[in-house]
Amino acid sequence: MSELLVLPPALRDVEPVRSIRTPARLEYTFRAGEATSRFLRGIASKRILGERCPVCGKVMLPPRGSCPTDGVPTGEQVELADRGIVTTFCVVNVKFSGSAMELPYVCASVLPDGADMGLFGLVQEIPFDQIRMGMRVEAVWVDDDELQPNLASIKWWRPTGEPDAPYESYREHV
Amino acid sequence: MPAAEILSAPLVLEYPFSRTVGPVQSAFLTGLREGVVLGVRAVDGRVVCPPMEYDPTTSDELTELVELGEMGTVATWSWEPEPRPNQPLDRPFAWALIRLDGADTGLLHAVDAGSPERMASGMRVRIHWKDERVGSITDIACFEPAEAA
Repeated sequence: MSELLVLPPALRDVEPVRSIRTPARLEYTFRAGEATSRFLRGIASKRILGERCPVCGKVMLPPRGSCPTDGVPTGEQVELADRGIVTTFCVVNVKFSGSAMELPYVCASVLPDGADMGLFGLVQEIPFDQIRMGMRVEAVWVDDDELQPNLASIKWWRPTGEPDAPYESYREHV
Repeated sequence: MPAAEILSAPLVLEYPFSRTVGPVQSAFLTGLREGVVLGVRAVDGRVVCPPMEYDPTTSDELTELVELGEMGTVATWSWEPEPRPNQPLDRPFAWALIRLDGADTGLLHAVDAGSPERMASGMRVRIHWKDERVGSITDIACFEPAEAA
């Protein structure tokens, strides 16, 4: 505290306030739109559905119904494998409210085979310090009776044991 | 292809920020907890409330805290007909800039006036303190219209 600051007598012998909580909260109703609704319904039946752009040929995931590069509708449905590669990842060392995850854990961007955009997910069943870019992984789904139209239906991704993908094969997606 | 039903779901974004407050805001918030409102004297002699750490004109460090009264005068106001969650009151109220006695600037707070007909610039208001105070601007539950002295 500033040495020059003089407190009124009433505040001199009480514990000062040092910090305040200033939570920011925004409550939305998220409407998925047609394309993402199709994708989420696919997830509820353990299928990963992307959509291909007729101009650039890239497969968008999760599909939003149009190509962000070419601005045209992505009408063609493409069913993707529920396995792919870790393109990039981070080791989470900080606990945040609402998370029951044991630290440290790994969040990764997983590029399913055939897709041009990655899904965000957890990587488990391997020590966190052995996870690497290019590692081959497969989806671990929740039990069938727990499948829902959201990405919580993929519990996490686990290594398949296949050889790592070479960097050149996914460098566009990092 | 028939349009399938569009999925929707609640989505809440929440950032649980906390921050340190510095010496002057600390004194202000501690004062609120103890039931006292503090301003700070600026270089030109005006009393600023809520208090600032540095002079708004010269940027000099400000150190003279001033205890203010529990009564004040509404400078400007705006009626809030449909309060939202976490606003100071759950019934219609006025947002007002209130010049507390002894201060030269306005403190933004709620006036529990019941209806906009009871609001006017220049009206006198009084602090309504919460019973349980924690060191927050919400320790002032609201202001209430006070009869002219």
